[in-house]
Amino acid sequence: MKLLIIPSLSKHSFVIVATLAGAMWLLAGCEQKKPEAGSHEGHASSAAAPPQQAPAPINPAVTGTVSGVVTFAGAAPKAATIDMSQDPACVMGPNAGKESVSEAVVVKGGKLANVFVYVKEGLPAGNYGVPSEPVVIDQQGCRYVPHVAGAVAGQKVKFLNSDPTMHNVHPDAQANSPWNITQTPKGDPIEKSFTKPELMMKVSCNQHPWMRMYLNVVPHPFFAVSGLDGKFEIKGLPPGEYTVAAVHERLGEKTARIKVAEKQTATAEFGFGATQ
Amino acid sequence: MNSASQPAFHKGLHRFATALAWCVLILIVAGALVTSNDAGLAVPDWPTSFGSLYKIPPMVGGVKYEHGHRMIAQFVGLLTIILAVWTQRVEKRVWMRKFGWALLGLVILQGVLGGITVLTLLPWYVSTGHGMLAQTFFSLTLLFSVFTSKRWIEAEARGLQASEALNLRALSVLTVAVLYVQLFLGAAFRHGGLHFLPHIIGAAFVTAILLWTSIKALTAYGAVPEIKKPAIGILALLFVQLGLGFAAYLTRVEWGRDAVQPLPSMVWTTVAHVTMGALLLGKAFVLAVQAHRHVKPASAAALDEKVATA
Repeated sequence: MKLLIIPSLSKHSFVIVATLAGAMWLLAGCEQKKPEAGSHEGHASSAAAPPQQAPAPINPAVTGTVSGVVTFAGAAPKAATIDMSQDPACVMGPNAGKESVSEAVVVKGGKLANVFVYVKEGLPAGNYGVPSEPVVIDQQGCRYVPHVAGAVAGQKVKFLNSDPTMHNVHPDAQANSPWNITQTPKGDPIEKSFTKPELMMKVSCNQHPWMRMYLNVVPHPFFAVSGLDGKFEIKGLPPGEYTVAAVHERLGEKTARIKVAEKQTATAEFGFGATQ
Repeated sequence: MNSASQPAFHKGLHRFATALAWCVLILIVAGALVTSNDAGLAVPDWPTSFGSLYKIPPMVGGVKYEHGHRMIAQFVGLLTIILAVWTQRVEKRVWMRKFGWALLGLVILQGVLGGITVLTLLPWYVSTGHGMLAQTFFSLTLLFSVFTSKRWIEAEARGLQASEALNLRALSVLTVAVLYVQLFLGAAFRHGGLHFLPHIIGAAFVTAILLWTSIKALTAYGAVPEIKKPAIGILALLFVQLGLGFAAYLTRVEWGRDAVQPLPSMVWTTVAHVTMGALLLGKAFVLAVQAHRHVKPASAAALDEKVATA
């Protein structure tokens, strides 16, 4: 018999296959996920990085502060337990004998941690500079520390591996170029920078699938991450009216309009809830 | 056909080909475990693994799945080389010798595709191609095993009349085609290129067509074991696959929506669903081949009738 079977398709069969194939082709153009309301993984920030500009007009003598608390209403979701048994090194050291739980939604006393708060609109045009100090992200006990971080576009981000096991650092960047680099136990730091603004860039380790953190890249230094007490503080803001946004990896974004006066502290409160 | 031109049955070659097909299925399981455990990038380089072509890295975490998959793939590659050379040496059928070398070419291509998908950080379309080629390769190794079997070599084409109500040759090819579309939709969803909805809608189409083909095949040619066996196989696998698909949807899409890591239920239902899909595609290929071997084309049947009534 011949190796090649010449398909003896009837007209109807051909139409069915052609229709399915055509539908497949059209659907292949669809993105898998339309951004869900409040989901911000890997989104480019609305505040695009300006090209080389004159320094932003900031008079340090009159700058103000924005501070506040991020709260969580309702029953906090139970943190899922993480099973680290697939790598014995992960349950040594700081994790020995402890239960590891997810940091996706951390609520303590009605306060929400790990919310990235930043100035979204209202900043005077200009170059806000890039800090020379790197943002440091460590891998300890097979967790990324911190879970949420911010960096200025172009600022160095330094990844450390303090664990006695290999990791691979994999930022799943959308606006920036993604990469994936192995890091040996207590190996050399990985230093990279991200030049384009991007919110909630997921950084994971494919050797330990529970490991993830979220890096937020913005074109200015006016951001903070809420602590376990829900508190945040952004200093050095020029007087003016601003839109401040609070972004959470699962609960979405909330915004607040505030006015910062000379040498004053403005307050912004953000409330998330179990029904987000 | 006289004995001089009839191909000889080589038991060793047939057993080897069958073993290769099973190894390919195990490789598909290993590959599915990589994806289900989010371990596709656990080994970031290729063709080396952490800089070495031969050193085995610590097999922990995601490395266990990814490097394990690569090791099984290398073994399958070696088996395929042996198969191609062995076939070249003993097979009288020229097309089978070419088939053996074609399998080798395919497995090399599959390896390269796997490497490309790692080096380009798993773009969904490359990973989908890798998954689809894997199942194609399995189907072809299954066919190779069929073609080297004693039953195939010693049997002759039955010359069955095409039924008026059923063009099994066309339907069996349609079955393979719709399974490929469904495979694409499933793999594209799994690798982040598509929503799951097209795959679920596709399942309805596939179910209808597979049911139609199998039932019609059994009704018209139920006494023909070469057609009966794959038709029953398709029916049985279809129902198992539908159940596994539902389980995979529940565990991965619904219950596993906010999972912090791949859970055992998510992993095993999706791996089983992928593997069963490969078996179903393989069976569909076998049915198509047997239908083309034993059932006359509709045009030939019409000609026969013309001649008879002339």
